[in-house]
Amino acid sequence: MNSVILRAAARLLVGLLLVFSVFMLLRGHNEPGGGFIGGLLGAVGFIVYAIACSTDEAREALRVPPEKIALFGLGVALLSGLASMLFSDDPFTGQWLFLGATEDDKGLPLSTVLVFDIGVYLVVMGAILTLVFALEEEI
Amino acid sequence: MSAAKNDMPPAGAGQAMAGWLSVAIAASLFAWFWQALGPVAAGEVIRYSFDWVPSAGIAVSFLIDGLSLTFALLISGIGALVMLYSTKYLAGHEHFARFFLYLTLFMGAMLGLVLADNLLTLFVFWELTSITSYLLIGFTHSSAESRRSALQALLVTGAGGLALLAGMILLGVAAGTYELSEIRAGDVAITEHALYLPILILFLLGAFTKSAQIPFHFWLPNAMAAPTPVSAYLHSATMVKGGVYLLARMHPTLGGTDVWFWTLAIAGAATAVFASLMAVKQTDLKQILAYTTLMALGTLTMFLSSDEGYAITAAMLFLIVHSLYKAALFLVAGIVDHETGTREVDRLGGLRRFMPITAAAAALAALSMAGLPPLLGYIGKEVIYAASIKMDAAWFVTAAAMAANALMIAAAGIVAFRPFWRGEHATPMTPHEGPWRMLAGPVLLAALGLLFGLVPGLIAGPLVDQGVKAISDGAAKPAELKLWAGVNLPLFLSVATIALGVALYAGHERVRSALRSMGEAAPSFDRGWDRVLDGLKGLAAWQTRILQSGVMRVYVYTVFVTLLVAVGGTLIWTGAFSGLPDVPFAELQAKHWGVVFLIVVGTAVTTITNSRVAAITGLGAVGVGVAIIFIVFGAPDVAITQLLVETLVVVLFAVAALRLPHMKREDGFPNRKLDALLATAIGAVVTAIMVTITSGPINRRLTEYFESAAWTEAYGRNIVNVILVDFRALDTFGEIAVVAVAGIAAWSLLKGPKSDETEETR
Repeated sequence: MNSVILRAAARLLVGLLLVFSVFMLLRGHNEPGGGFIGGLLGAVGFIVYAIACSTDEAREALRVPPEKIALFGLGVALLSGLASMLFSDDPFTGQWLFLGATEDDKGLPLSTVLVFDIGVYLVVMGAILTLVFALEEEI
Repeated sequence: MSAAKNDMPPAGAGQAMAGWLSVAIAASLFAWFWQALGPVAAGEVIRYSFDWVPSAGIAVSFLIDGLSLTFALLISGIGALVMLYSTKYLAGHEHFARFFLYLTLFMGAMLGLVLADNLLTLFVFWELTSITSYLLIGFTHSSAESRRSALQALLVTGAGGLALLAGMILLGVAAGTYELSEIRAGDVAITEHALYLPILILFLLGAFTKSAQIPFHFWLPNAMAAPTPVSAYLHSATMVKGGVYLLARMHPTLGGTDVWFWTLAIAGAATAVFASLMAVKQTDLKQILAYTTLMALGTLTMFLSSDEGYAITAAMLFLIVHSLYKAALFLVAGIVDHETGTREVDRLGGLRRFMPITAAAAALAALSMAGLPPLLGYIGKEVIYAASIKMDAAWFVTAAAMAANALMIAAAGIVAFRPFWRGEHATPMTPHEGPWRMLAGPVLLAALGLLFGLVPGLIAGPLVDQGVKAISDGAAKPAELKLWAGVNLPLFLSVATIALGVALYAGHERVRSALRSMGEAAPSFDRGWDRVLDGLKGLAAWQTRILQSGVMRVYVYTVFVTLLVAVGGTLIWTGAFSGLPDVPFAELQAKHWGVVFLIVVGTAVTTITNSRVAAITGLGAVGVGVAIIFIVFGAPDVAITQLLVETLVVVLFAVAALRLPHMKREDGFPNRKLDALLATAIGAVVTAIMVTITSGPINRRLTEYFESAAWTEAYGRNIVNVILVDFRALDTFGEIAVVAVAGIAAWSLLKGPKSDETEETR
């Protein structure tokens, strides 16, 4: 699609969508959001870019082939699930670390659950982009 | 392959390492089992157990008693010798290291099988032996014959394995435990259980396919496509004895009934006699040996049918006798093949001058096979006869044993006497003695046959007696092993057998041609197998043609009609549909009506329009309507996902649709009518399901659990997400794996080669 307006807007939109997708990912544990939704949003961002400019440019902006992102995400999710075995828990048991926690403040919560969600995010985004890019290029 | 491999460059140091490493593994396992000999001889039973799925009562447990130790020693000992042999036999082969990997894996699987004390552990190793032997038989994978044989072995033993699994589960249910030792010690008499017959049939299917009893015997001679050391290993100590082992192991649990006795006796006798006839018919060294293996398996099965102490001793002893001489003879056949370039008995002769050590080993092994004194084979045969005249149906068993043994004498002569001792014959290569690594195995194994024959006490106490005790669960008294048992009926039977055997050997060429002319008339199991397989493929092709027509419309119809019949039919059949609910129209607000309006309009646009983009947009509107429902009823996460997915679907469709030709809807009015009918029916069925589900009381137990546990146990307030990434993380992992695979599959379909070559590249 050759539209200057769309192209100009797309550049802005992509950034916004990506930031928003990460925001959705991170807030997911307590409010609506999470890896699935974040991944979908991230994918939509790049799809908008691909439609406005071209798939080649979108691929370049992504830097890494999307299918690799998906597989990497799958690996991240798996490792985060297996990490609990190091603490002799069953696989996929969430491990938590409350950084700098005090009596009243729980500090910065870090967990393997978040890592798992990041894996989900990457898989969803990577798989959808793999599909959409291939569709756009081949049809 | 034996001719070509000498021209190849020598294997690298790493490759050679693989061979020696395997030898070392096998040898150290042998040493480890050796040190268990003392305790086991003293009647001790060693058991190891690890939890596997404790919640289902499943453990990985191993048991060392006389029976499993005998097998373990044979497997690891012969394994070490075969591997040593292979380091030379396959030297320079391009897949040298791979071969040793397969062989070592196979040995591990086989050891696991014979040591397992848990039914499911046993099953896992059972299947592993099938798979690794598939890899070994098909090792020369460039040959179509080799691949066919490997697949045949895998399918036959794999099918038997499935039957076995079913039998094991039934047995586990009947006995209340999966631990074999507990089943034996428990007070549930399986033979009187209502499930006894199904259990027995399924176990026998497993054992008979693995141990190649008639009518499942045909895969074993074909398995000769494997390199000779593999044949030596698979056919002497291991794979095919797996079924015999299972019969022996299950003897206390399933044996002792008439069904057990007659099935095993008849199948064993038929296999033994048929196989020894077939052995004499062959001219290829390896084929002869393959059929004599079948004979041994039949004999073992036949004697495991009985509870009689002599019969079980005969089975246990013959197992050892056969493993020793058969491994030796196969390895000899490999040396002959390696050094002369042929395995055809008619082209071999006078080899004793060129390879005296091989000839001596072959002679010792053959004497044991023929059952002549003072070798262990003679004692084996004496015990066989002593047992056969004591068993039920003695005349039947004795006749079968005599016929098979006489033919074995002829076969031993053909395999191990003629090539070495008759007049010289020109062979494709100038023969010379084999290298020491290849001689070590046959010489040692043949010498053991002699040593154990002279001093039977070496194996009687620790292995045979304890084995008999394990097979009969302590009930049967082992027979005494000695070379001279006095003048008795077995001695006369032996003398008669030897006379008959020598006569058969003298006239074996006439016997062979007579068998050949008879064999042409008989139906071939091997060809029958091909027909069955072709039929199966035909069936698969037929149903694929019908269901997978390649026309989208047909797919959609197939799916929807199936759904309609299955679900709609169930609703009517069970009478679950309780009628339409009372909808409180008065309580509906404007937002509810708005959603309904949006969905109805979207549907109408999709069905009426002639433009693809409009149709897709209409569908998108329906999706948005659904998303709004989620928002109205307080499920923001689901709503966001729904909206995003709808957006993506519209985008994807738009990408594809813009490039498609104009929509054709003029393909006949009746078609459209049918579409409308189907669509309405599907809509009605889905509505009925929803109504039925929501009309029942909703169980809120899980909801309440997650509401309270999400924060306290998983530190999250968004229940949906907490369930996804924490409580049900494993499910989610499975789902994202599907997502990733689906994305990559679609990608490879779209990006794949455009030519038709992708179709069927077998």
